Amino acid sequence: MVQKHIVEARGIHKHFGPLHVLKGVDLQVDERELVFVIGPSGSGKSTLLRCLNRLEEPSSGSVVVDGIDMLDPKTDINHARQRIGMVFQSFNLYPHMTALGNVTLALRKVAGKSRAEADTLARKALERVGLADRADHTPGQLSGGQQQRVAIARSIALEPRVMLFDEPTSALDPELVGSVLEVMRSLRETGMTMIVVSHEMGFARNAADRVVFMDDGLIVEQGPPAAIFENPAHERTRAFIGQIQRH
Amino acid sequence: MGGWDRFVETFFNAKVMAKYLPDILSGMVVTIELALLIVVTGLGAGLALALLRSLGIRPLNWLIIFIVDLFRSLPPLVIIVLMYFGLPYAGPSPSGFVSTWLSLALVLMAFSEEIFWAGITSIPRGQWEASRSTGLSYGQTLFNVILPQAFRLTIPPLTNRTIAITKGTALGTVVAVTEILGQASSAVSNSYNPSPLMMGAAAYIVLFFPVVVAARWIETKFAWKR
Ligand SMILES: Nc1ncnc2c1ncn2[C@@H]1O[C@H](COP(=O)(O)OP(=O)(O)O)[C@@H](O)[C@H]1O
Ligand SMILES: [Mg+2]
Repeated sequence: MVQKHIVEARGIHKHFGPLHVLKGVDLQVDERELVFVIGPSGSGKSTLLRCLNRLEEPSSGSVVVDGIDMLDPKTDINHARQRIGMVFQSFNLYPHMTALGNVTLALRKVAGKSRAEADTLARKALERVGLADRADHTPGQLSGGQQQRVAIARSIALEPRVMLFDEPTSALDPELVGSVLEVMRSLRETGMTMIVVSHEMGFARNAADRVVFMDDGLIVEQGPPAAIFENPAHERTRAFIGQIQRH
Repeated sequence: MGGWDRFVETFFNAKVMAKYLPDILSGMVVTIELALLIVVTGLGAGLALALLRSLGIRPLNWLIIFIVDLFRSLPPLVIIVLMYFGLPYAGPSPSGFVSTWLSLALVLMAFSEEIFWAGITSIPRGQWEASRSTGLSYGQTLFNVILPQAFRLTIPPLTNRTIAITKGTALGTVVAVTEILGQASSAVSNSYNPSPLMMGAAAYIVLFFPVVVAARWIETKFAWKR
């Protein structure tokens, strides 16, 4: 059986001035796969995710998502980005809008829905993240966990083909992490393709199909969670996993 | 005549005041016209420059910064005088009214550009990224996400600066604009009595006091709540 890769990144290099941050990264992700990306701070995990939806312009390489060449200047990048949801460590909700407003904005401006249609879709998305009753709250009136779930609703309302998560629970108080992971788990059950940068090892162990370990701008090794966590092939992986498990 | 009576006779002379009231009122109309023109064109041009600057085109930004710094460093009176007395040598000879309007509008443009720009750049990068990652274009992000937040931050400094610059309409008296101060001072020299000046001061208070109070209200209303 030929499995179609929904994300196909090849030979990604990224320079920030003299800084060589990505040094030739290849990442293929299958449809419905959940890929976990781990690695030390500064290893280039965020930059890699941001290259996938072209928030960062790779210095070289190719990125194809759902058959769309993301780096082709002829690609309608705004249209393409609708298919790639992104969730940030710092939520990045629009503070001047309600939860509903946050979710409807792109539905109306990018997906071209009427206000009524957008409201309906947004309420559905908020319901999926368990926040139907918070639609009229502004971000300032929500806890961190709730804000992150609104951010997830903002992405999934656009019915993306892939979701990127960049340390979605790192800014949360420990007691709020669970609610966000719960939403991610239910998203996974619907078959969403997900690339998750996170150090939530418990979640990785029982939800991830594959764990990718990055260090210094390169993918050092990858494999099923059990293999990477119990039996890493590289010394650097072993050292890193030992380090985060001690915490 | 006692000291008090002489004081009232001199500074609040009823006969003089009645005579020159129409002049002061017409001066108020001119001041309002000038102020509104300055506010609309000055803030409009300032916002336009800030938006142009956000495009990040290097040579254009250098030019914008130069213009802004130029008009922030020149005293408004100097700009007015240059425009009224100097410009005719180069061709166009704007009236005193137009000279005052354009000069103060340029000054307000310069200061408000800096304030708008500071507001735009103070919005965290994550707001741009969240919006762009959902497919909004640069312009859609600017107008729906960035500017509404930036405006809130700019309202207090902007109202203060706008009030300060519109009060500069009094400088128009130097180039024969018949605004409040111009009317009052010519009334003083015609009547040999300072009462019209007191009326002029009262007229400024009537015009600007409500604006200042409104500005205070706007500031508290728009205080940033995250
Ligand atoms: N916009 C940028 N400009 C300059 N350097 C950057 C920028 N973004 C990231 N970097 C640098 O690239 C390296 C990798 O960053 P990042 O991808 O955020 O790593 P990680 O997410 O793994 O912690 C770091 O050294 C970081 O300082
Ligand atoms: Mg990161």
